[in-house]
Amino acid sequence: MTIEELEQIAKNVRLENSKFDYEVNVCMDLACASQGAGQLRDALAKAAESAGKKVLIRRTGCMGPCSSGPLVRVDPEETLYRKVNASHGEAIISALGGLPVPELQCDLNEHFGSQVRVVLENAGYIDPEKIDDYIARDGYKALLTVLTEMTPSGVIHRVTESGLRGRGGAGYPTGLKWDTVAKAGGDLKYVVCNGDEGDPGAFMDRSVMEGDPHRVIEGMAIAGYAVGAGKGFIYVRAEYPVAVARLSAALRDARRHGLLGNSICGTPFSFDVEVRLGAGAFVCGEETALIASIEGRRGSPKPRPPYPAVAGLWGKPTLINNVETFANIAPIIRNGGRWFFNMGSERSKGTKVFALTGRITNSGLIEVPLGIKLRKIIEDIGGGVPAGHTFKAVQTGGPSGGCIPAGMLDVGVSYDALMRMGSIMGSGGMIVMDDTSCMVNVARFFVEFCMTESCGKCVPCRAGTAQMYTLLTRIATGAGTMDDLEMLEELCATVKEASLCGLGQTAPNPVLSTLKYFRNEYLEHILHKRCPAGVCTMEAAAEVSA
Amino acid sequence: MSDAVEVKTLIIDERPVSARRGQTILEVAREYGIHIPTLCHLDGLSDVGACRLCLVEIKGSSKLVPACVATVSEGMEVSTNTERLLKIRRTILELLFAERNHICSVCVASGHCELQSLAQELGLTHIRLPYRNPQLPVDASHERFTADHNRCILCTRCVRVCAEVEGAHVWDVMGRGIDCLIISDLHEDWGASTSCTSCGKCVEVCPTGALFNKSKIGSGHPKDPYFLPFLNQMRDAR
Amino acid sequence: MSKLKLATVWLDGCSGCHMSFLDMDERLLELAELVDVVYSPLVDAKEFPAGVDIALVEGAVSSADDEKKIRKVRAHSKMLVAMGDCAVTGNVPSMRNPIGPEAILNRAYMENASAQQQIPCVVVPKLLKVVRPVHELVTVDVFLPGCPPSAATFHTVLMALVNGEPLDIPALTRFGA
Repeated sequence: MTIEELEQIAKNVRLENSKFDYEVNVCMDLACASQGAGQLRDALAKAAESAGKKVLIRRTGCMGPCSSGPLVRVDPEETLYRKVNASHGEAIISALGGLPVPELQCDLNEHFGSQVRVVLENAGYIDPEKIDDYIARDGYKALLTVLTEMTPSGVIHRVTESGLRGRGGAGYPTGLKWDTVAKAGGDLKYVVCNGDEGDPGAFMDRSVMEGDPHRVIEGMAIAGYAVGAGKGFIYVRAEYPVAVARLSAALRDARRHGLLGNSICGTPFSFDVEVRLGAGAFVCGEETALIASIEGRRGSPKPRPPYPAVAGLWGKPTLINNVETFANIAPIIRNGGRWFFNMGSERSKGTKVFALTGRITNSGLIEVPLGIKLRKIIEDIGGGVPAGHTFKAVQTGGPSGGCIPAGMLDVGVSYDALMRMGSIMGSGGMIVMDDTSCMVNVARFFVEFCMTESCGKCVPCRAGTAQMYTLLTRIATGAGTMDDLEMLEELCATVKEASLCGLGQTAPNPVLSTLKYFRNEYLEHILHKRCPAGVCTMEAAAEVSA
Repeated sequence: MSDAVEVKTLIIDERPVSARRGQTILEVAREYGIHIPTLCHLDGLSDVGACRLCLVEIKGSSKLVPACVATVSEGMEVSTNTERLLKIRRTILELLFAERNHICSVCVASGHCELQSLAQELGLTHIRLPYRNPQLPVDASHERFTADHNRCILCTRCVRVCAEVEGAHVWDVMGRGIDCLIISDLHEDWGASTSCTSCGKCVEVCPTGALFNKSKIGSGHPKDPYFLPFLNQMRDAR
Repeated sequence: MSKLKLATVWLDGCSGCHMSFLDMDERLLELAELVDVVYSPLVDAKEFPAGVDIALVEGAVSSADDEKKIRKVRAHSKMLVAMGDCAVTGNVPSMRNPIGPEAILNRAYMENASAQQQIPCVVVPKLLKVVRPVHELVTVDVFLPGCPPSAATFHTVLMALVNGEPLDIPALTRFGA
């Protein structure tokens, strides 16, 4: 495969597509598919056939506003239809070339207006199972450019220049990590893609792996060239069967096209990727545990240093990046580091995909430039909390993150700002809560999650989260005392400072941040045996007074 | 790089000390008679950094590091005994005591138990945390030894000694989090284990009364994990 | 100087701590110069009096009666000492916690009884679901672990408490000592 051949494929795809007068894109991501997008696609195809119109019906990955699904977008007009079902097929087809179907038309200008799509640039525009679709949208161009025109250090320079930071949560500078692996000695090195997305309410990585799998593979291959690795692993949780299937199919197609394998593009660079499945342990998202799991051992973390960049998979230097990080690489190579650097805030560059969920009007997947105000995300893009309710907090960063109160909505979203507010960027989960959420209960939910997902290796995380859960349960059931609260705070400090890996070190965050911003709710539970949001049943308090 | 031993100088608890490159903080501290409490560490076994008792402070970093795995570096300033560390160590011990059913008065290891002595050393007179009181198995199926999970602190010394020294790998950890359990083979009775050589190394290295020799019921039977470094030395020499 | 009022209380324990207390032997005479024992299984008083200076509590809190007692002791005492492992940790009485009171009662009064199988319910107090150390119910001022703490420990601790001197308990005793 050469760049010319790549362009030929793109040309062929465009030629093929030009035979159709219209393109009808049907979102087939989980949320839409579960509401009948499959039947809808069949109905559209049938209607097009009987109407005798030349319509390309394309299934695509996630378009974004999942709560409006199933979604259909008609091109070239870019008309978006919401809540479409199979019975609407004929109406949509017959409206082609005329005015859109008014009752289905969806006005999400505000929703899309503030978004900038880099990682999700192909979402809704390509069939994830067609490599040619990806190639037609500049796919693999970055890889071939890198292989034929750039040196490994040039690639690392460009990534460094972009200011990209790890999208898995901690925000370590990607260029620096690549540089460390590149400089590590030894011929055998590995590239690992962390697709073990496990945060409750997060589905960014799933959506990328399912909707645009080649983007991840291309990013990994570029990384392999840059750091000098010949082998990559994508570690995906087995709970994502569609992602596994799409990635496996994409790998097969990439190999067939000579974009993976030996001597890619006639250069001496050889690279291939294997998919490895996680067995449902959240802790395997931690890089040392992930490595252990790929090696076939029990997925429990190891103290660092040595960092995987020096001694990772089978003791060899290993580059581990998250799905979204790899998904950013091809556009950075194509458009240049400065282009990416110019997006975002001072120390957090580029865009970030968030999974917006909870008590919010437009839930779904969004991509915004970093530095954007939380208020803009929640009120403009998300459409605010349901009518009649008031916003209370937004939880970011999953079980490692914290709850940010209404008073801080005008802060721009960046790694550092979220950290200062007692939360973290995390992988991009954003759960919105309104007055129907009890913050004690929320903290208890996340602590329970960490307790059951702790690997059990180190004492503070194993026993500490369990004790935190006991104390929170006491408070949430009305049996808590001020001594319990004091003990809870002390435990939070110990678990945070003394745990071995990130899971334990961040497990207290949901408690600490709710204690910081919503201490009153804790006090109401303890002193007045009352849950202000009416969520906790306070059964222990009832028992005592009975 | 030359083969000559590279010497690092550093400060531990305000004392200047010198060390060889690659040595851990714990090793160096012990050479200089500076005591850092440990539980999962045992001379002669690989380190896992799991009990977190040996956490120390490094000047210039807010992160605590486990002395058993952190290696020395030039000019490093280590504190092993600050109020912050003592508080964490005490809380860790409290977590361990509250986690399972540690009844010292009826334990075969009382008087020789590392958990018990550490509690005394760190000035623990009671456990502020609620006891969890889990229901746990006692496996007395082996003809010579018993595994009482009520007293297990999951330090994995038994797992490591069996896999690394005896080479049998009878023991491993099952489950996760608070439900972790040390199991023999594929969670079978110890007595039915076909891989166990009955060497008793796991019993000797167990810091508590979780693994004990049936012929030594009653207290007053110290364990002897000190054979390990010698055994390793002898093997290396061969 | 008037003597301090000392009380000793026996909750769910084996009385071994009281025995060890008595093992102070001739040192008891020395102690008697300094304190009056106003309530104890060893003396006649039936009601826990008010205004006790030092209360030594042996045993864990296992029954409804224990709970009532310990709350009264706390309310009527200036200083409460958890005496021995049962009071400090729950110790042997707490070994029933993983299986619960019903199982233990069944085992003792039904399965193992050769005659008159019945679980006692008259006069004897109801068992609590969970046996707890004293400090989980009331504030404890001094913790004296040990099973039992030795007579020497008792002597040192009591003399220090009576004379208001500082105490280093971990240097004297430990869990299970």
